Amino acid sequence: MIIDHPLFGPRDASEFVYLGDASLMDRPDWKSETAAQDFHAYAYLRDNPAGPHRELWFHEGGDRSWLVITRDTVTHEITRVELARDVARKQRAPQ
Amino acid sequence: MKDTSAEGDVRQIEPASPGQPNRLPGGRLDRATTLPFTFDGKAYSGHPGDTLASALLANGVRLMGRSFKYHRPRGPLTAGSEEPNALVELRSGARREPNTRATTAELYHGLVATSQNRWPSLRFDAMAINDRLSPFLTAGFYYKTFMWPASFWEKLYEPIIRRAAGLGALSMKPDPDEYDKGFKHCDLLVIGSGPAGMMAALTAGRSGADVILADEDFEMGGRLLSETFSIADQSGADWAAQTVAELSSLPNVRLMPRTTIIGAFDHGIYGAVERLGDHLAQPAQGTPRQVLWRLTTKRTILAAGATERPIVFNNNDRPGIMGAAALRTYANRFAVTAAPRVAIFTCNDDGHRSAADLHAKGVKIAAVIDTRPDAPRATDYEVLAGAKVTDTRGRLGLTFAEIALADGAARTIEVGALGMAGGWNPNVHLTCHQRGRPVWDDAIAAFVPGGTLPPGMVVAGAAAGALSTHGALSQGAEAASAAVSELGNRTDPDNLPEAEDAPVAQTPFWYVTGADRAWLDQQNDVTVKDVKLSHREGFRAVEHLKRYTTLGMATDQGKTSNMAGLAIMAELAGKTIPGLGTTMFRPPYTPVPIATFAGRIKGRAFHPTRLTPSHYWAKEQGAVFVEVGNWLRAQWFPEPGETHWRQSVDREVAATRASVGICDCTTLGKIDVQGTDAAVFLNLIYANGFAKLPVGRVRYGLMLREDGIALDDGTAARLAEDHFIVTTTTANAGKVYQHMEFVRQCLVPDLDVQLISTTEAWAQYAVAGPNSRALLRKVVDPAFDISNEGFPFMACGEVTICGGLRARLFRISFSGELAYELAVPARYGDALMRRLMAAGQDFDVTPYGTEALGVMRIEKGHVAGNELNGTTTAANLGLGRMVSKKKDCIGSILSERDGLNAPDDLRLVGLKPVDPSAKITAGGHLMATDGPVDAAHDQGYVTSAAFSPTMGSMIGLAFLRRGADRLGERLRLVSPLTDLTVEVEICSAHFVDPEGVRLRA
Repeated sequence: MIIDHPLFGPRDASEFVYLGDASLMDRPDWKSETAAQDFHAYAYLRDNPAGPHRELWFHEGGDRSWLVITRDTVTHEITRVELARDVARKQRAPQ
Repeated sequence: MKDTSAEGDVRQIEPASPGQPNRLPGGRLDRATTLPFTFDGKAYSGHPGDTLASALLANGVRLMGRSFKYHRPRGPLTAGSEEPNALVELRSGARREPNTRATTAELYHGLVATSQNRWPSLRFDAMAINDRLSPFLTAGFYYKTFMWPASFWEKLYEPIIRRAAGLGALSMKPDPDEYDKGFKHCDLLVIGSGPAGMMAALTAGRSGADVILADEDFEMGGRLLSETFSIADQSGADWAAQTVAELSSLPNVRLMPRTTIIGAFDHGIYGAVERLGDHLAQPAQGTPRQVLWRLTTKRTILAAGATERPIVFNNNDRPGIMGAAALRTYANRFAVTAAPRVAIFTCNDDGHRSAADLHAKGVKIAAVIDTRPDAPRATDYEVLAGAKVTDTRGRLGLTFAEIALADGAARTIEVGALGMAGGWNPNVHLTCHQRGRPVWDDAIAAFVPGGTLPPGMVVAGAAAGALSTHGALSQGAEAASAAVSELGNRTDPDNLPEAEDAPVAQTPFWYVTGADRAWLDQQNDVTVKDVKLSHREGFRAVEHLKRYTTLGMATDQGKTSNMAGLAIMAELAGKTIPGLGTTMFRPPYTPVPIATFAGRIKGRAFHPTRLTPSHYWAKEQGAVFVEVGNWLRAQWFPEPGETHWRQSVDREVAATRASVGICDCTTLGKIDVQGTDAAVFLNLIYANGFAKLPVGRVRYGLMLREDGIALDDGTAARLAEDHFIVTTTTANAGKVYQHMEFVRQCLVPDLDVQLISTTEAWAQYAVAGPNSRALLRKVVDPAFDISNEGFPFMACGEVTICGGLRARLFRISFSGELAYELAVPARYGDALMRRLMAAGQDFDVTPYGTEALGVMRIEKGHVAGNELNGTTTAANLGLGRMVSKKKDCIGSILSERDGLNAPDDLRLVGLKPVDPSAKITAGGHLMATDGPVDAAHDQGYVTSAAFSPTMGSMIGLAFLRRGADRLGERLRLVSPLTDLTVEVEICSAHFVDPEGVRLRA
């Protein structure tokens, strides 16, 4: 596979390691009333789509950036690659 | 050639090469050169351009191997890489290479080949008894017979079966040759150099695109080399040679003969194996034998051609029975016939071409047996229309074929070779490597590429079902034009050379009615009878059929056998072939040696080791090393007279506790954390608090995973308000760094904090023991106060040593003694070790290794990897109170789950044997002093154990249910694996200095 890194361009997938569902970025609020349930869902419950999937990859053999990659789990086609940090900042930006 | 037909029924072939009775005129051989070779110790000769199979056939050798299960005599079925039968051991000694296909092995001077899977000899194989036992050895035989007792499988059945059924044997010696890996990029990859591939490469090459043309054969041209067709006004082979010459002149085209494309992978990546040295006795100096290429392509044209399918009839596997087109290849390209007298069994016009070509070369055609009543006539030989071959004879090779004529009469003809022409199957294999699913084409009664092909791939020529030369040329040109224009290149207007365009219709004829002991898969010895049995026993789905009978599961992936098997099952099940479906083909297209996948990554390179800064010093001391992660660490330092490792380790422990010892702890992970939010960040990473850690102080920290299980432990030292140094365990250095980057980038992207791993940048030594301060006083520059008051337990700071070298000093202790860790830039690590050892002479300083380190940490009750084993919580470790409830941290919420906080949870305890001479082993389990020993009565397990020279007995750390409340209790430690039962007493995990007086001294 080839991953089109936002800063370095196309790189071989062997430079990266896979973590999993990008929902791991949506860590619940520890102070919430429902924190126990929220963290349980966060840690254990995942969608397993046949189709586009947003997932986290780590550029371990490169710049050590975490990436959010949109990959089709059926075709392995990669349609989008973003720096996780940018995604996280956007999620946190006031609406 | 003179007409010798009057000399009798068997026409004599004029030997074109002395000693090669079956050699024909013509062919693509260099006859000026004779290559001697041996097979099973007997000497033969051939010519450059031969394969081992063609040379053996030329020498009159049809018998080349024994079959996998029944040990039936076998010869080549094909003339290419789809060969199931003619597998030999090539070369000798360490270069011996089992299961090499004689049909693709290029002949070279002095080649040595040996037959395999036979005993004592190829002509007399005692294991052929299996053939007589065949009624018992049907599909599913192993599954049904060797079921119980289970322990017999490993000890008895498997070794016997392995000896009786099998292929070649490994040399069991290291491969002396080099293998390599490489990467290439191109606009267009063309797979196969037959007419379609050649035309595609030419069209794209002329447009200026970057083209790679790869073919598994040693000569480019594909089927053109085997046919007598002409292209334009020259022979197909001459056109191929001329085209290769033009392609070679184009700088943008790379020709890769002897290169098999083994797989189509994601994003336009193809795997290729290039054989640079297989056609030589040994590879040229400095040249790898094979190279595994990763080809990154924008477009790909698959022009892999087609494979001729055999016809199934009784005893259709005798040496001499082969594909009719293979006979044609042997005659036209290799100038050889399998026998002087040949018959052809066909169901289509292609079989007649083989007959005509063989006849033209002077081979006697005994008959063409055509299943079609309206078979075309021939003037040069007899055509038996509407006839079928029903059986054959000949123990070690074909002698007679029995024929049922159209009128039902039987006839026996004497032949040494029989060609089977069952039609052609497009080579769709690479289209299936991702999501392609072949579809049935009624016009040619075969599967053609279908479904979603690998992105960027187009199929052309016979592989796409275009079985005429013109069809191949035009599809190749069209596919290439389309591919390069998509990439922005322009192609010349069509100037396709003229070629035959005979309409190709294939009438399927799979097997002769009544066939039973008739082979489908010759490599795995699967017969028609097996498929019938599979149907009767309910294994009817195509994937079940495959696994129950092993049809198509051999190294050839059923290239010549799957279709007939499917056809028979479809007929039994009352379905059509497409209704039954087809099995998938997976990479690699042909078998690839493990050595090729390994490339240079073998031996030391397979498992690289990292050396500590004191490595060469330790080596000079005669240290024994151990691998920790990728590091080589000194395990202990034997002294003269010490004959057992325990002597060395006990001495190192005692000397450290009595005076001072030094240990290289560079391998512990070091992560530099900087930024105004560094403390906030560490507060989130660690279970315990770090926000209030003063500058110049170190704190022990425990990291949890989000699920509440302990991840790692270590220390964090605050060198400045915005600067911490985090240490991790050696094994987890990479994992913890990755975790911290995840938290930083994905969870707290707005914090001002930066991370970098500095594990390799700093050499670090533990200096431990009551004299450690006195020793350090001799190297730390006097300006720095390291007195107990000025630099107390858990202090840290930047200092200079040895007159100005910058260093970092941490007063931390893993051993429980007064201890420090001193870090210097890695390049000074060796010098510092030597300096410390010299300076410590007054104190009898002792270097200690990882064993003594481990003993001292067990004596002190410190947890390590054995306790942080991925199943334990902070509470299990006795560190539950460290998990702060006043702040958020990774793992905090889920660590509170009921399941992780049961009243009878495991707690870390120490244990010692009641009899001080008794043994304690890690991995043993704790049971009540009497009662049953089983999982239901399990109360805990031992994680670490060592002989403690301080306590004078073995001691252990264990996780025990309600362990904190059970100090003083006696339990039974059992290890059924090592047959150990020992009575132990539960105690505090802190065996040495539980109050921590020493480390604060």
